[in-house]
Amino acid sequence: MTTASTDVERKPAVTALRHKDLLGIVDLTAEEIALILDTAEAMKEVGTRPIKKVPALRGKTVVNLFYEPSTRTRTSFEIAEKRLSADTLNIAIGTSSVVKGETLADTALNLEAMAPDMIVLRHSSSGACHLLSRICRSAIINAGDGMHEHPTQALLDAFTIRERKKQLKGLKVAIIGDLLHSRVLRSNIQLLTKMGAQVWVCGPPTLIPTDIRRFGVTATSSVDEAVTDADVVMLLRIQLERMEGAYFPSLREYFRVFGMTEARLRQAKSDVMIMHPGPMNRGVEIASEVADGPYSVILDQVANGVAVRMAVLYLLAGGAEHEEAA
Amino acid sequence: MPVVMDADRIGRTLARIAHEIVERNKGVDDLALVGVRRRGVPIAKRLARAIKEITGHDVPTGALDITLYRDDLMRHAVGPQPTVRRTEIQFSIDNRKILLVDDVLYTGRTTRAALDALIDYGRPKGIQLIVLVDRGHRELPIKADYVGKNLPTSPEESVQVRLLEIDGQDEVVLEGGGA
Repeated sequence: MTTASTDVERKPAVTALRHKDLLGIVDLTAEEIALILDTAEAMKEVGTRPIKKVPALRGKTVVNLFYEPSTRTRTSFEIAEKRLSADTLNIAIGTSSVVKGETLADTALNLEAMAPDMIVLRHSSSGACHLLSRICRSAIINAGDGMHEHPTQALLDAFTIRERKKQLKGLKVAIIGDLLHSRVLRSNIQLLTKMGAQVWVCGPPTLIPTDIRRFGVTATSSVDEAVTDADVVMLLRIQLERMEGAYFPSLREYFRVFGMTEARLRQAKSDVMIMHPGPMNRGVEIASEVADGPYSVILDQVANGVAVRMAVLYLLAGGAEHEEAA
Repeated sequence: MPVVMDADRIGRTLARIAHEIVERNKGVDDLALVGVRRRGVPIAKRLARAIKEITGHDVPTGALDITLYRDDLMRHAVGPQPTVRRTEIQFSIDNRKILLVDDVLYTGRTTRAALDALIDYGRPKGIQLIVLVDRGHRELPIKADYVGKNLPTSPEESVQVRLLEIDGQDEVVLEGGGA
């Protein structure tokens, strides 16, 4: 049965990430993105074994420093670290010295004194990871910084799309929702355009950044236009916690004009994929029948997140020393 | 660069090993072949074909990537991480006799990593090691059960196994050394 299994091996164009940190998709080339996605394919297989653990990062210490609430990303990183046999440390901000007024830089330097190998940082300020990158020897992995980037989310989205569609090049990807506050959008635009996809972004005019077209995307406030013939429809959460003004009249009205329903989805390609980075507001950006429907790959995204984060951790564990020696 | 095995010789050697496998295991009922990536994989597939010709039975065949088990991982002062490839073992290894296949046996470190990797998939009844070339210089207490060719080498030399499936031709070449 298995003698017929294919032995096609993708020959990677590059074999290393020449970076100490993963701060954003903006720093990666298309070849480096492909390397991470290829490595993630091998990592995904580890999660299907009876013993879901390999010794690759044995003896490495990874600190998960989360200044913002997170379920998916934090657990996903922790599982990825454990599957690679790294020692992990979770710092929950509520119980740390941060509540006593310690600054991010001081917290990081104190952690650094205990010689971790990597720090995974989630922070509400854009650029927090860049600050840490400058003052820390450890590799810094951005797990979401303010409204700036969320690179591992974009990588797992790309992995999920590539798994179904074989390649990203030439696909029409419609990203609909709160474009203004979304770091997921910024990372995804960078990644998808680098890999040759056609990106459409859609939302209320008040939530479309004025300079968005600069990034090589088509912007519209017409959901029908965005969804027509789309290969992928990605919904973004309406981020009420980041909204200080009134960007639209009501959540009910948002759903009526922009919410993804089965009726709207019929305009997309017949094999469309529905994606959402979570957490979902059901009945706001996405109807429950779409979220739970046959086109939804939302739970595949979560499953793939572990494999993609394992790939990033593995590749960066070698990359840090690599750059110093160069 | 002396060619130490040509395509004919490699073909005859693998046919001989296939016969030895059938003889020593008194049949092929609970056998499975697992090739170590990369060049152990095509060798394992060729052995499976040869065994099928001899016995008429299919032997399940898989591919093992040992990158994540290497003992030199994270110890390089310079240099990129080795590329990780997929392991594909689509059968249970529990209570089977596993024939582990690699191209060259040298220090034994790859085999050590392969044994660790394999055991994470289950508890085989036994593991036997097949190599096309044994070039000596073991650093670990590891010995092959089936050897295509014993090739005395110096540590300065390198043994290149080239296979049709990966390199476009079949040959074993001894390179470098005293020159």
